[in-house]
Amino acid sequence: MSSEFEPTILAFVCNWCTYTAADLAGTSRMVQQPNLRLVRVMCTGMVDPKYIVKSLLSGADGVLVSGCHPGDCHYINGNYKARRRVKLLNEILPQFGIERERVKLTWVGASEGNEFAATVNGFINEIRELGPMEARSMAVV
Amino acid sequence: MANRIGVYICHCGSNIAGKVDCAGVARFASGIKDVAVARDYQFMCSDPGQEMIIRDIREHGLNRVVVASCSPRLHEKTFQKACARGGLNPYLMQHCCIREHCSWTTADPGEATAKARHIVEAAVDRVGHHGELFSREVDVLPDVMVVGAGIAGIQASLDIAKSGHQVHLVEKSPSIGGHMAQFDKTFPTLDCAACISTPKMVAVSQEPNIHLMTWSEVVDVSGFVGNYTVTVLRKPRYVNEDICTGCGACLEKCPTKTLSEFNEGLSERRAIYRNSPQAVPSTPVIDASVCKKITKDKCGICQKVCPTGAIDYTMRERREVYHVGSIVLATGYDAMDPTPLREYGFGRFPEVYTALQFERLNNAVGPTGGKIVMKNGEKPKSVGIIHCVGSRDRNYHEYCSRTCCMYALKFDHLIKDKVGHDTRVYNFYIDMRCFGKGYEEFFRRVQEEGVTFIRGRPAEVVEEDGKLVVVGEDTLLGMNVRVPVDMVILCTAMEPGRGATEVARVFGIAQGQDGFFLEEHPKLGPVSTATDGVFLAGTCQGPKDIPDAVAHASGGAAQAIALAARGKVSISPTTSWIDPDVCIGCKVCINLCPYSAIEFDERRNVSVINEAMCKGCGSCAGYCPSGAAQIKHFNQTQLFNEIDGMLGMMFEPPPPASDPQAADQPGEA
Ligand SMILES: Cc1cc2nc3c(=O)[nH]c(=O)nc-3n(C[C@H](O)[C@H](O)[C@H](O)COP(=O)(O)OP(=O)(O)OC[C@H]3O[C@@H](n4cnc5c(N)ncnc54)[C@H](O)[C@@H]3O)c2cc1C
Ligand code: SF4
Ligand code: SF4
Ligand code: FES
Repeated sequence: MSSEFEPTILAFVCNWCTYTAADLAGTSRMVQQPNLRLVRVMCTGMVDPKYIVKSLLSGADGVLVSGCHPGDCHYINGNYKARRRVKLLNEILPQFGIERERVKLTWVGASEGNEFAATVNGFINEIRELGPMEARSMAVV
Repeated sequence: MANRIGVYICHCGSNIAGKVDCAGVARFASGIKDVAVARDYQFMCSDPGQEMIIRDIREHGLNRVVVASCSPRLHEKTFQKACARGGLNPYLMQHCCIREHCSWTTADPGEATAKARHIVEAAVDRVGHHGELFSREVDVLPDVMVVGAGIAGIQASLDIAKSGHQVHLVEKSPSIGGHMAQFDKTFPTLDCAACISTPKMVAVSQEPNIHLMTWSEVVDVSGFVGNYTVTVLRKPRYVNEDICTGCGACLEKCPTKTLSEFNEGLSERRAIYRNSPQAVPSTPVIDASVCKKITKDKCGICQKVCPTGAIDYTMRERREVYHVGSIVLATGYDAMDPTPLREYGFGRFPEVYTALQFERLNNAVGPTGGKIVMKNGEKPKSVGIIHCVGSRDRNYHEYCSRTCCMYALKFDHLIKDKVGHDTRVYNFYIDMRCFGKGYEEFFRRVQEEGVTFIRGRPAEVVEEDGKLVVVGEDTLLGMNVRVPVDMVILCTAMEPGRGATEVARVFGIAQGQDGFFLEEHPKLGPVSTATDGVFLAGTCQGPKDIPDAVAHASGGAAQAIALAARGKVSISPTTSWIDPDVCIGCKVCINLCPYSAIEFDERRNVSVINEAMCKGCGSCAGYCPSGAAQIKHFNQTQLFNEIDGMLGMMFEPPPPASDPQAADQPGEA
């Protein structure tokens, strides 16, 4: 393990599913690593790729976007739009020297507190493994 | 003018303060740009906590407020209202969570405190860019739609009708009553189901404020709380309800037979049928999939025998549109099909029945006229009742169906009473759950009738020498048992209605992990949903017995009545807005909007949001290539600042709480 490095992770989560799951993980006292910062959005469909890129450039080592399971979006299909946008972003990130693994999309439903804690801990471990984001120092903003 | 921000860090007793150095976070916040006051307090949501904010707004001239406490899903509204009382627009407040996402989930106090500071910094950075927003009041249409006419839908409709509001009640089957109409007796009182439900069903048909639509389904819902537009598909009945007198002449003469759903496949019905003689409405329906006239243009007998000329084979489906202020969903449950549990032999052994089949066997107007007999017409000498089939079982449903223990006891009693007291009845149970009023007493009474209880989930049902044998373990005695019986009844789980996923989609509500409709809050909001103006009633929300389903339904009705009575509802202003000076008229957003809330202004060549229809999902804003579309309260500047705040300080150790000097440093950027 790259011993000293502690990644900073930003997560954009939708109010109706994953944010609720995060609340549930809290109420159930499911301990998570402290590296995550949550940004509440109403739906993953409102996550402009700009927000993700901005987060990476401003200091996040990984960005998680998480919403309702396919078919469960509170606004019908915002999560499908997010899926397309994140996929596209994953395609172009390597061209800027950013590993595609740094941006991850997951579905965590309102009742899945345990799933939320597991997702968070798993992603933090993955990014810790990956190491700090080298591209940031080279990026011309 | 620079902002004057007040920051309030809640201890939540020891819930937050037990991990997070609240005073330290407040000291840290006081060093952030534009923060005028920063305080920490025991319980921010308490009256003194809210008063503190109100006082500070006045005394310190605050124009922005940040509260860091529990999840905004719990108390955002509380603090918004406090700000409003202090004269501050509620949208100039940002509520952030340092409990669920921080103190409760972070192991190390130092790390929890550091995380709390990031969260607070982000909220402070964000709130500086908030703007005043004003909720709109819209009129609530007075009519209410109720979907599903089981006992829950019936109760809700009657309650709403009594308040003077018009109810449009939609039921997909030919008549109302739901599952309760299939029963003969109900636990724990053993009163006759028909005697208590028929008067209610008749009341529905006679109530001038209830417009009943059976054999109908909702196919489309649009609009928002107070103003829903609902499209109802009226399936063709092929019998004119206005003319039919319900005489039943057609029912005997129809030559075409098929299995009866209402009798759970235990008998046949005709192509033209009604579920029972007491059916409401009494008008029969023609099953177009088997009717010879409709499928092959032969027969036509029912038309010939009908004395009123009510039969019309040319009837077509119709779509009708209703405008209602709110909707109550009461679409009920379905009993699980036990065929997949092959070990119990349902479908293989003729004398293995589901509980609903047994209800029909016992029903006075059922396939056997209410006689509890086997397929060969003889009375069973012994009966095995297997509880929890598909319930409390990780392979099927983890939950308890809440009714099976009780209806099993009802069956115990009915068998002893009707078949004879020498009939041996064996219950195979995991636990007896008799929690309701009068339920434990009923359990005792049935025990005294000489019924046997064997604790343990049976392994299988086998056939030996033409007799069924229930094989299992008596876990109390710790020995294997093999119990020969004539008849086996499976207490199958109550599960979400087979159409529940489609209903959830049409009405825009969510299903929980178990598939039942998700309530707004498991304890404090069991009848509302996350969609304003859509309420739940009865077992569509989770397994319930009749008393609970009725109580729940009255709750749902009360919510709908409250909306209709006030006649107004305030709508969140956090909609999208398109800056006409920036929009390039590409129209991309128009197709992305799931609510058709965006129109194109041909004259100005820009897209325009219809705020009454926009729900603020941000699908448009997330994609708009020019950045013209922005969600109010979630716009780009606000989110960029929140992101910057979150990332404001990187992982350096938190300053010791005792050192105010260090805590005052906002941290390096
Ligand atoms: C074998 C058995 C025995 C029971 N015995 C008892 C008892 O003795 N005492 C007791 O208290 N409880 C008993 N219960 C529980 C009882 O059945 C329920 O509490 C009660 O029937 C629930 O009523 P409901 O209106 O919520 O649902 P339901 O009775 O399921 O009614 C739902 C209605 O909605 C309609 N519907 C479904 N989908 C749609 C749609 N998309 N559009 C329009 N309409 C739709 C259905 O056709 C149905 O008419 C028993 C349950 C079982 C399985
Ligand atoms: S996507 Fe943006 S630019 Fe295109 S029409 Fe909509 S608001 Fe205008
Ligand atoms: S935010 Fe945009 S996409 Fe969503 S409902 Fe409003 S106008 Fe439609
Ligand atoms: S509301 Fe959760 S993804 Fe759309």
